[in-house]
Amino acid sequence: MKITLFIAPLLSAAPLVAQDLDSPPPAAGPVETVEEGEGEGGLTGSVSFEGRLDDLGIAIPGFATDADRPTPANASGTGALGRELGRIVFNNLKNNGLFKPAGPDSLPQPSFGQITAPQWATWSNRGAEMLVHGFVRARSDGKLAVGCYLYDMALQSELVRGGWIVDPADWRRAGHKCADLVYSRLTGESPFFDSRIAYIAETGPKDRRVKRLAIMDSDGANHRFITTGRATALTPRYSPDYRRLLYLSYVDGNPRIYVYDIGTGRQTLVTQSTNPTFAPRWSPDGKWILYSMAVAGNTDIYRVSADGGPSVRLTNTPGIDIGGSYSPDGSQIVFESDRSGSQQVYVMNADGSGQKRISFMGGRAATPEWSPRGDQIAFTHIAGDFNIAVMNPQGQGYRRLTRGWQDEAPTWAPNGRIIQFFRTERGTGRTGLWQVDLTGENERRLPTPVDASDPAWGPILP
Amino acid sequence: MNKKIASFAVITGALALSACKTTAPETLPPDPVPATSATGGETAPTVPQGPQVGSQQHFEQMVGGQNVIFFDTDRYNIDSADAAALQSQAQYLARYPAVSITVEGHADERGTREYNLALGERRANAAKNYLVSIGVDAGRIQTVSYGKERPVALGSDENAWAQNRRAVSVVIN
Repeated sequence: MKITLFIAPLLSAAPLVAQDLDSPPPAAGPVETVEEGEGEGGLTGSVSFEGRLDDLGIAIPGFATDADRPTPANASGTGALGRELGRIVFNNLKNNGLFKPAGPDSLPQPSFGQITAPQWATWSNRGAEMLVHGFVRARSDGKLAVGCYLYDMALQSELVRGGWIVDPADWRRAGHKCADLVYSRLTGESPFFDSRIAYIAETGPKDRRVKRLAIMDSDGANHRFITTGRATALTPRYSPDYRRLLYLSYVDGNPRIYVYDIGTGRQTLVTQSTNPTFAPRWSPDGKWILYSMAVAGNTDIYRVSADGGPSVRLTNTPGIDIGGSYSPDGSQIVFESDRSGSQQVYVMNADGSGQKRISFMGGRAATPEWSPRGDQIAFTHIAGDFNIAVMNPQGQGYRRLTRGWQDEAPTWAPNGRIIQFFRTERGTGRTGLWQVDLTGENERRLPTPVDASDPAWGPILP
Repeated sequence: MNKKIASFAVITGALALSACKTTAPETLPPDPVPATSATGGETAPTVPQGPQVGSQQHFEQMVGGQNVIFFDTDRYNIDSADAAALQSQAQYLARYPAVSITVEGHADERGTREYNLALGERRANAAKNYLVSIGVDAGRIQTVSYGKERPVALGSDENAWAQNRRAVSVVIN
């Protein structure tokens, strides 16, 4: 009797379909931006420096604290937390490739009072042209207040400041917000550090690769596995609000696209069909999902509401039509088709009308992704080797950005300046995530706990 | 004597290669399973312990290892070698009407991931459609694509890629 009572709730809680899901990750908390009431208009001031950004000396010492207090964010208190915040800003700006900053580990630590009254001589003696100062303060309500200031050393004046109130669990985001503030002010570009990446974590030998869905912050921190690895997972895409993930799973033995809800840890099929589905994509407003479905071997692109309901078929050719990436305004879709005999890039209106090929640079052109700025399309160019390239939406202005043996599946940083992709090693089949900026000059590997593929950037966090 | 055998092997090998270019080069189909037990000799039991009817082993043995067909890069057409293999599969399925199969479509690593999933699906369906065209009930054939996710040959060269561009028929248990 006791046993049946014990088993019954377990059974009722058991999922009806096979599952491959780990415990769900915590949903992201909001970060409150502190509005400055002083109207000092730092954003309109001019920057004295006019040379190349990578020649720009930026000093980023540890953030100061008003009083070293205990905090759940750091076992050693807010003083140590301040140095960690400085390291986040330093590492973001350094790894971005545009800057060569100096960080907390090679610089003196300013006091709390100096954050708004910098010791100019200390920093100019070290060759700094820009100075980042910040503070962290434990509030009585348990939250953390973090401030960030960018100073122009030549002008001895403040260029911009920002302030945020975060839960201790989200302390790293305050560092990313500060790095975004500095990056945006110095480059004129939109921010991107305070964002997350979904990708596929890979382990095991080439013929028995285990592929798990995983998520992490843009710098690799706060890494979480979503699936256990029992079934192969592929090609994730974050929803624009970070609440859901689209991805492919073989959990029922067939390749199918699932919509995974991060808050509840539950998932549903993108469409109730026994046909295999591939290549999921969100519309920029998160209201629509594109997926590709093979019917009797022929793959076409379909659109369905993110809330479910009937699907609309957008392509109708005997070739493989697959993928699809919306223009930022949602009016057009760039996609891949082999209707001409080989993989090439096409553009159509969002309702499927007006399909026309835009790639004519020779070789094959695959996995197109529209930049969030709208002016570029990143794609995999296959001409011998596989490389990441960009062109404009008319198919002009082709530029190759990478030179790996097999670089594929580009996706954009939220600001449209950096492209993420994965690189496969010849022979071993080992994979890693890489980032390259639009110049093609700044390429770097993004550290991941294990091998990694199919990176997908989410938007800047609210 | 040895020389004679060797040159004969080379000639037949070359013939096999030129006759069916979509057969993966330098890789022979697996040896028929009962070969070793059949030559086992003196103490052979009266009833040979072959693989069970309807098992994957039995299927592969009866079709002479032709449960796999191969494709050219980005192609999914059934050529004469593929057709011969599928005909032997169809004969097996005609003889054992209780057996159903899954055709697994695969691609080599030299393709983008999503396209390869669609390509594998196309290849699996090409094999299925051929089997149906020669009389196998469509309800007995399922398809699944693994794209480039499950290679059998691990190298990064033309030989390995040719072995991985394949459709594999697997008995459903």
